[in-house]
Amino acid sequence: MFDNLTQRLSRVVKNLRGQGRLTEDNIQEALREVRVALLEADVALPVVRDFLARVKEKALGQEVLQSLTPGQALIGVVHKELTALMGSAAVPLNFASQPPAVILMAGLQGSGKTTTCGKLARIIRSQGKKKILLVSCDVYRPAAIDQLKTVAAQAEAEFFPSSPDQKPEDIARAALDYARRHFFDVLIVDTAGRLHVDADMMREIQQLHAALKPVETLFVVDAMQGQDAVNTARAFNEALPLTGVVLTKLDGDARGGAALSVRFITGKPIKFVGVGEKLTGIEVFHPERMASRILGMGDVLSLIEEAHRAVDQQEALKAVEKLKKGKGFDLEDFKAQIQQMKKLGGLSSLMDKLPGAGQLGAADLAMGEKQMRRIEGIINAMTPQERRNPAILKASRKRRIAAGAGVTVQEVNRLLNQFEQAQKMMKSLGKGGLAKMMRGMKGMLPGMR
Amino acid sequence: MFGFFKSGKKPSPEPAATPEPVATPEPAAAPEPVTTPEPAPAQAAQPARLGWAQRLKAGLAKTRQVLNTPVGDLFRRHAKIDEALYAELEEILLTADVGVEATDYLLESLRKRVKRDRLTDSGQLRDALKDLLLELLTPLEAPLDVSRARPFVIMLAGVNGAGKTTTIGKLAKRFQAEGRSVLLAAGDTFRAAAREQLAVWGERNRVEVVGGQGTDPAAVIFDAVQSARARGIDVVLADTAGRLPTQLHLMEEIRKVRRVIQKADPTAPHEVLLVLDANTGQNALAQVKAFDEAIQVSGLVLTKLDGTAKGGVIAALARRAGHAGTPIPVRYIGVGEGLDDLQPFRAREFVDALFGD
Repeated sequence: MFDNLTQRLSRVVKNLRGQGRLTEDNIQEALREVRVALLEADVALPVVRDFLARVKEKALGQEVLQSLTPGQALIGVVHKELTALMGSAAVPLNFASQPPAVILMAGLQGSGKTTTCGKLARIIRSQGKKKILLVSCDVYRPAAIDQLKTVAAQAEAEFFPSSPDQKPEDIARAALDYARRHFFDVLIVDTAGRLHVDADMMREIQQLHAALKPVETLFVVDAMQGQDAVNTARAFNEALPLTGVVLTKLDGDARGGAALSVRFITGKPIKFVGVGEKLTGIEVFHPERMASRILGMGDVLSLIEEAHRAVDQQEALKAVEKLKKGKGFDLEDFKAQIQQMKKLGGLSSLMDKLPGAGQLGAADLAMGEKQMRRIEGIINAMTPQERRNPAILKASRKRRIAAGAGVTVQEVNRLLNQFEQAQKMMKSLGKGGLAKMMRGMKGMLPGMR
Repeated sequence: MFGFFKSGKKPSPEPAATPEPVATPEPAAAPEPVTTPEPAPAQAAQPARLGWAQRLKAGLAKTRQVLNTPVGDLFRRHAKIDEALYAELEEILLTADVGVEATDYLLESLRKRVKRDRLTDSGQLRDALKDLLLELLTPLEAPLDVSRARPFVIMLAGVNGAGKTTTIGKLAKRFQAEGRSVLLAAGDTFRAAAREQLAVWGERNRVEVVGGQGTDPAAVIFDAVQSARARGIDVVLADTAGRLPTQLHLMEEIRKVRRVIQKADPTAPHEVLLVLDANTGQNALAQVKAFDEAIQVSGLVLTKLDGTAKGGVIAALARRAGHAGTPIPVRYIGVGEGLDDLQPFRAREFVDALFGD
């Protein structure tokens, strides 16, 4: 929907090539484009202004490399500065306290606190043998307590029951007491969503904080939040000694400028990002990736890491073994690849992370995805023997497969052509590097050219 | 480390909790005169609408404080129209989430108007900007009429946490107050306890809720529509699970929900509401586009306007055409947590409240 910054700048600064230094004059226009890009990414205006002043100061007088234009050189400075501002490295949760380590969640309504509670429980559990207790102090929203109970069960953490007729502070104290007596390592406290201008509710969470003395007080922010992020972040930061921020719903297409606003205002590290509704959808925050995302530069690093995690290692090994043994790459493997791509969140989620994929419209992606499903359908309509040895596919078999998959014979033929290409690709790939393969895949799907 | 909280805050909880029970949003009327002494006489002129107009103003009070203060200051500080004044106006629009494109458009039009009408002082500029904003937002004002079909099927959609389920509760209350029978369809079969949340709302409104967790959302809503037809129910409100436009399989699912509703009743859904959080920035544009493409959105609900978020993104939305070739109207705005705090959108009131008159 939005032009990314790189595109914007390439339009503006083409004619400025060959200048030796960044000067007030030659970065003027580029700075204006950076400003628009940041605003479109929902970075709050006061933050944009401060940030640009800082960038200008750093940039002026810098040498421009021969191959670059002043605009491109400026982007380098912007990216570096943005990353520095986001925090230079990932900050882990702090458990260095006498157990139970209490984690208190705070944020606006609908920012994703309850889901994040479950995700935190899961990730803490997966990282070390910890005994975790979850409790909800949300006595206002209907069924909020039930929601946390379900989430706790999914995360395989223990749930401390509470009811809407109790006072939040009483619930918190009882849960803390229970956690102490039963030797829990971690107590995660969910709270009701609240408006920062609601004085009573802000007082309530201050009381909760005083009663619990949490080692972590996490502010949960929706990545889609707009300009008002500065106001809410400031108010929560003033009311509570926040220790960190969780940025949620980052699997959407929001550029997430709120991350910069919140970080700028509170100075607190962004510890985690939430991606997706499943409890596995939580990641450690990577400042340089977020910087790229805000600037619209793609997120290649994330993709590679995601690929490593989601792809079935054994499956991959099997494929490599097969290749080594000299056996061909067959349609069964082709199908497995498509399934692996699905595991990674489908084409759209992959393309999001590849720079330059912005040129592909949503329609192209949807078509590509449809195509993938169709391919799977066709392969499913084949017998195991046909899948292992596509050479035996002649006209009558093809007709049967086409009828079985509900497609035309032409489409079966197209699939076989694509498969042949993939086979060549696999041969050229010594070790089956997934990222490389995917780039090939992109060219293969007719909807995406 | 937390000694300050230990000693200072502990004794306070009891008195703090008593004076204002959380469930009643009414006291909003009380702080009204404090923040804005002016609007009282204006409202007296139209007593019939006083109730909701007041509530809207109360809800937008904080918005107004934020927006009004700079605008007010601005027009007091600059007697003449100059570049600095435009720059500050730009800032105000941008910080209200109006967005770069719509802000540029408004300022450009403002400049033209200043030239055309030979405006010279800053007070006139303010009125001119208000007029422009009003012209932009008026096409969005199109109240929902639920009497044109029976049952009138309303489908709600939106991203996670936008306030769909809460909005359904408020709508149910509203339609009931108008003397209509309402049926709720719990189509959010994904999120933990979403059905329970709706069930509690239903209980408060004495409305029946159809559906269960783990079943197919389209099937739940299909059943609800059929049952409403058989029993002569006036309005069916169909909840759906929150989803982000990037989750293509979920967008496909909601397309199916719409198709299946159509199977139950060929004229339905009679209204497809997209719920938008006023806190959302420019991503609201992407949300509207994606949902409109998938399920042909016929109206918007802007929630959570009771914070300091200004919801200026509707100005940007007013500049974009939906599937029908015209901007998608804003049916309701949410100005508080109470059941009565969902109000029809009125451009004039919205702009007035934004500017604080």
